[in-house]
Amino acid sequence: MSEEKYVPKSKLAAWFDSRLPLLSLSHHLRTYPTPKNLNYWWTFGGILTFCLITQIVTGVILAMHYVAHTEHAFQSIEHIMRDVNYGWLMRYVHSNGASMFFLAVYIHIFRSLYFGSYKAPREMIWITGLLIYFLMMATAFMGYVLPWGQMSFWGATVITNLFSAIPFIGESVTGWLWGGFSVDNPTLNRFYSLHYLLPFLIFGLVILHIWSLHVPGNNNPIGIDVRKGSSETMPFHPYMVMKDLFALLTFLLIFFSFVFFLPDFLGHPDNYIPADPLVTPAHIVPEWYLLPFYAILRAIPSKLGGVIFMFASIFVLAVLPWLDSSKVRSSTFRPIYRKFFWVLVVIVILLGYLGAKPPEGIYLILARIGTAYYFIHFLILLPLLSRYEKTDPLPMSISDPVLDKPGVIDKFKKMAGKYEGENVGTFK
Amino acid sequence: MLGRLNNLFGKILLIIFIIIASNSAFSEENKAEFLKNDWSFNGVFGTFDRASLQRGYQVYQEVCSGCHSVQHLSYRNLAENGGPEFSAEEAKAIAEQFEVIDGPNEDGEMFTRKGRLSDKFVSPFPNIKAAAAANGGAYPPDMSVLVKARKGGAAYIYSLLMGYEEAPAGYELDDGVYYNKYMPGHKIKMAEPISDGIVEYADGTETTKAQIAKDVTTFLVWAADPHLEARHKMGFKVFFYLIILLTLVYLSKQKIWSRFGSKVEKEEEEVFDKAERVVTEYEGEDPNTFK
Amino acid sequence: MSKEIKPKRRDFLFTATYTVGAVGLGVTIWPLVDQMNPDSSVKALSTTEVDISSIEPGKTITVLWRGKPIFIRRRTKKEIAEAAAVDLKDLKDPQKDSERAKNPEWLVMVGVCTHLGCVPLGDKGEYKAWFCPCHGSHYDSSGRIRKGPAPKNLEIPKYEFVDNNTIKIG
Repeated sequence: MSEEKYVPKSKLAAWFDSRLPLLSLSHHLRTYPTPKNLNYWWTFGGILTFCLITQIVTGVILAMHYVAHTEHAFQSIEHIMRDVNYGWLMRYVHSNGASMFFLAVYIHIFRSLYFGSYKAPREMIWITGLLIYFLMMATAFMGYVLPWGQMSFWGATVITNLFSAIPFIGESVTGWLWGGFSVDNPTLNRFYSLHYLLPFLIFGLVILHIWSLHVPGNNNPIGIDVRKGSSETMPFHPYMVMKDLFALLTFLLIFFSFVFFLPDFLGHPDNYIPADPLVTPAHIVPEWYLLPFYAILRAIPSKLGGVIFMFASIFVLAVLPWLDSSKVRSSTFRPIYRKFFWVLVVIVILLGYLGAKPPEGIYLILARIGTAYYFIHFLILLPLLSRYEKTDPLPMSISDPVLDKPGVIDKFKKMAGKYEGENVGTFK
Repeated sequence: MLGRLNNLFGKILLIIFIIIASNSAFSEENKAEFLKNDWSFNGVFGTFDRASLQRGYQVYQEVCSGCHSVQHLSYRNLAENGGPEFSAEEAKAIAEQFEVIDGPNEDGEMFTRKGRLSDKFVSPFPNIKAAAAANGGAYPPDMSVLVKARKGGAAYIYSLLMGYEEAPAGYELDDGVYYNKYMPGHKIKMAEPISDGIVEYADGTETTKAQIAKDVTTFLVWAADPHLEARHKMGFKVFFYLIILLTLVYLSKQKIWSRFGSKVEKEEEEVFDKAERVVTEYEGEDPNTFK
Repeated sequence: MSKEIKPKRRDFLFTATYTVGAVGLGVTIWPLVDQMNPDSSVKALSTTEVDISSIEPGKTITVLWRGKPIFIRRRTKKEIAEAAAVDLKDLKDPQKDSERAKNPEWLVMVGVCTHLGCVPLGDKGEYKAWFCPCHGSHYDSSGRIRKGPAPKNLEIPKYEFVDNNTIKIG
């Protein structure tokens, strides 16, 4: 808004930019006014973009060597791990990169829940984000099938079988996924094709996601609107670029700890057994980042019910901006909401833990309680809170909290009083 | 009211955690701790003991290869860096011990020839079904990635090899089924494969069961993860580099941000001055003279 | 004085950061490119041994090496004499026959026309040796280009006699 407009530096630049405004776009991104009080929870968007690019680059490289056929898939991955120059590195970066991608996205989502970034006028950022998350899960699910290990095959079998529960179209959809009468070579081939495609759809959605962010501008930790172009914002470059870079490098330390020293820790040993349609593994589990949904799926006693609740647990988030209508955005000023936020975090982690356990006994009971709480939290608690919660008073501006520091107001009073010779305490 | 509800919920969650924790501790799952060993490849600084790998190859060849394939290994791997590091001649000689199927020739027939470095390790059976049929219906798994395919990895493999025992009293075992302490379910169709002195080591290392088990396990770890050493080496370099870059970026970031800080202080001073004026005006004074 | 020192220090930090960053970027790019180089299973097949014991004089066999055809011809005395007698001035790509076939009885060549890559046909053409039908290149009994658009003689790969009955190519 009060960003300086882009001034082309040369005739060529002027000619080019007037026809395809990439230079103006670049200028906008550099000078984009970002609230100065953003904390490190705001660096995960940049980290996620890095993760997406890493997955695409390593994925395209792996695709140069992988063979999508049931007879050759497992072996082609061993070929990559053993023979291809740095093949082991490409593979481990890609597999651990997927886990890191989800770790970052969960932190990113919970940041939005805590600071109210999903609230008006940022609903479209939230919804595009939800679509990105959904496509990420589909991509990861199909990617996991490609090595054609035991978990690849049986995970695919369990999840594709679920679709048949959908009335009317279920059997057809499952048939289209399979390309036959069960998970087999046609399934593998079409999953490979879609696994290659979806990340580019994600990339497009990311552009929409960032675009819809740039319209209202970033939210910030105290959730009140900032005055753009004032001293309350800073240009994205170099301040936020450097901060994001620092956060990214720290993230890479964790990422590379897994890649180089614990490359199979987050995976499941059974996926190093070639797929066998005649032998079911003792416990079929998806990768860790899908476990909470797996727990919800198995908590519901009916097949269709499980499918409905599993998808509902994702898509209930779409209407969150309308479920939680509190005018106060940030949990900093919502003491009750804040407590329930942490309960939700614990419940989601608990559901993740339960997703890896057999759905029986105490595990099943707890999974049902967790599922119940999850839906109660969004559908009942948040609407009630937004009506009845007594929120803390909001500061006037994002600079205010600084001026609100104890002693500052007194200093101000004393200064004024000095010149007046007045009684500081009474301002008469 | 909602506040009190929170407290109650917190207590419920605590109770839940205690239930889960105690459940895990007292579950009836096979919780036999694996046998310990000081594996040279363990840990961040891990490397392979070359001599152990060469002995382990010998054990695989003489004891295991009759039933177990390692179809993803090639003979040239035996001479490559990071592995047993046989010389090129030694590895070639090993390969030539084996007959490899090749063809079709000009007459359209398959034929056999001596193995070459470029060949994959020959398998004892032509396919999985033949392997299972020759072993009482139980398929001896290919061991190329077996260490990665079992929970517990090297410790599990070693423990299994050492874990053959008398079945406890009253335990029912069919013919051809043996009791093993570490096999999930305790029943295994492989007879105890190694015993003291079952191989003779050229380098004179003592051939106790434990030593043989250790060597062949080490070999299998390498077979599953031939680039382990390169991976660790690169990991170090990456860490070292990232720490340096992280420090430089952090210092650069601080330097850049400090510029903004002084700008803000200046503006805050202006705000103070402005507020001063407002207060004095409110008092009916002239802000220019402060009287 | 202090003003001079300050910018120097600040610049040094940024320069150091850029440099270290650039090094990291370069080191990262290398594996992404190197993975496209031949992998170790392909490199292991970069040599091949051929049994030549059953080839009669005047006959050629074709074997596959690195995905390309290799002509191995056991030349008759007449062919060897013809090849040696050719005047280098008549050759587009002058090369003595003795340079091309160290053991004159055996001619080992990559059977790929040096024009645009077709496989020449044997026992054909004006020189009764090899003829490429794609654009009409004629090669002689030493595999040298004599007529037609091909610029160079048929390539001689690296090879050696392992023993009297076997040559190793590559």
